[in-house]
Amino acid sequence: MEEKARQRLEAIALTIRRHIISMLAAAGSGHPGGSLSAVEILVSLYFEVMRHDPGNPAWEERDRFILSKGHACPVVYATLAEAGYFPVEELQTLRAFGSRLQGHPDRKKLPGLEASTGSLGQGLSIASGMALGFKMDGKSNRVYCLMGDGELDEGQIWEAAMTAAHYKLDNLCGIVDRNGLQIDGWTCDVKSLEPLADKWRAFGWNVIEVDGHNVCDLVRAFGRFRHSHFKPAVIIAHTVKGKGVKSMENEAGWHGKAPGPDLAAQILEELDGGERR
Amino acid sequence: MTAVSLVENIWTEVEKIPTRFGYGDGLVELGGTNPNVVVLGADLTSSLRVDRFRDTFPERFIQTGIAEQDMMNLAAGLSLVGKIPFVSTYGVFCTGRAWDQLRTTVAYGGLNVKVGSGHGGISVGPDGATHQALEDIAITRTIPGMTVIVPCDYHETVKVVRAAAEIDGPVVIRFGREKVPVITTPDTPFEVGKAQVFRDGSDVTIIACGVMVYESLKAARMLEDEGISARVLNCPTVKPMDIMTVVDSAQETGAVVTAEEHQVMGGFGSAVAEVLCRHAPVPVRTVGVQDVFGQSGSPEELMESYGLTAQAVAGAVRDVLEMKKR
Repeated sequence: MEEKARQRLEAIALTIRRHIISMLAAAGSGHPGGSLSAVEILVSLYFEVMRHDPGNPAWEERDRFILSKGHACPVVYATLAEAGYFPVEELQTLRAFGSRLQGHPDRKKLPGLEASTGSLGQGLSIASGMALGFKMDGKSNRVYCLMGDGELDEGQIWEAAMTAAHYKLDNLCGIVDRNGLQIDGWTCDVKSLEPLADKWRAFGWNVIEVDGHNVCDLVRAFGRFRHSHFKPAVIIAHTVKGKGVKSMENEAGWHGKAPGPDLAAQILEELDGGERR
Repeated sequence: MTAVSLVENIWTEVEKIPTRFGYGDGLVELGGTNPNVVVLGADLTSSLRVDRFRDTFPERFIQTGIAEQDMMNLAAGLSLVGKIPFVSTYGVFCTGRAWDQLRTTVAYGGLNVKVGSGHGGISVGPDGATHQALEDIAITRTIPGMTVIVPCDYHETVKVVRAAAEIDGPVVIRFGREKVPVITTPDTPFEVGKAQVFRDGSDVTIIACGVMVYESLKAARMLEDEGISARVLNCPTVKPMDIMTVVDSAQETGAVVTAEEHQVMGGFGSAVAEVLCRHAPVPVRTVGVQDVFGQSGSPEELMESYGLTAQAVAGAVRDVLEMKKR
């Protein structure tokens, strides 16, 4: 990827981190950790990889993105707003009564959301159904599904993994936000996931491991997915929960807690400092 | 109220066909007219009678293996790209095991997924309690936006399948395993959300769905000999309920008995009672399974033992008429 393109994506990522902090502070609740860890994934998809049109959210030829880890919706809302699906100002209504930005995604309310998610473990099956439908119709649309690593505790993920491999859904790309933390602590302490790549391989998937905060690596990984045939692909994106905000990085306590106004102001300053560097 | 015309002789020479055959045949018919219809099965293809669809439209049949939760969400995904998926498995699995998928992804998402909920009720028989869906009506009708339909016989099931494809939204179709009397004809009118008078009467209204409609007709016939005039309403659409017909009938007859092959708590009878306590608070008795699990046995033994017979319905009518007198 060209240096200019990388800088563009990184600048957008920073803006989205700012949105996440300010919208969560306004809401007074929500999930910063797993939103911040997925920023570069979302930015790569919506600003480089996916075929989509913010002016026409119902465009039939669009690629689809399913947020299986529905609690990370702040990063999706911020990305959709930055992409132009709805006004950026609306981000401040997150979780408020009557808002289109529900605590977990409601596809009926907000343009750009493909599915209502939040009950973990369901997204990969939804994405598989879409991918299967596109295959049946001979269409070239691709489907991307972002899962949390803690979410992989859910058995349904592995049902879907078997189904997608069985039907050779090479138009389906799973992404695991491998930040290593879930509510009760490190994923290895809660329930061991490793050897994770081997598990996916054994289920019949192409596995691509990347630094989930490196937009160049991510975009390259999505390119490899597009060139893999007869198998679905999963990108295991190694990330840091709370990435970009020093006080939140690798802290399970910031899974589902919003920063207060003072801390939020401090974090925004910290992020601005990062921008100046 | 005028009764709709049924098969001529339902007492001595009635034909018996399982309602699941109506589901399977309905899908084959629908597949021929609507190219968007796809059917999903979870290793129960012949049992659910969807092998006919699979063999007729193999490219539109999706085998998911024994993975009902995955199947429900696969259907959700298929509906999001323009398909009309019919998820097909036993009621205990598609409404129980996959309830969260049905509630959160399908119904909350407003998705156009149809659920063929087979082996409903205790008449499943020897498989026993694990496989007898007796809570499915209760747990699906409480989901906002859900349509829940319990057809009474083969022909009505075919019509329900046809109608379900015309509804833009989730629909649960509940049918059974055993052969049951065919009391309607291909020409008997059917409309989602409409109850029909299958037999007119003036002292009491028996409101039933599924196989209990035939038992209710038998009960009404028995009661006639005792000088009791019982109206029988076939009310296949549990949700949205035909409030007007139910309320009018309750007001005209002054007493109601409901009959369902399901737990009495939260199910069809509860749905009728909810309507009546608001609009026409007449005495009500509910016939159904009394808050217990089933067991193995022949369908006849079980229906008898768990009080799902014409005799039980007639007994409830006598009870409710006592209350009406007070």
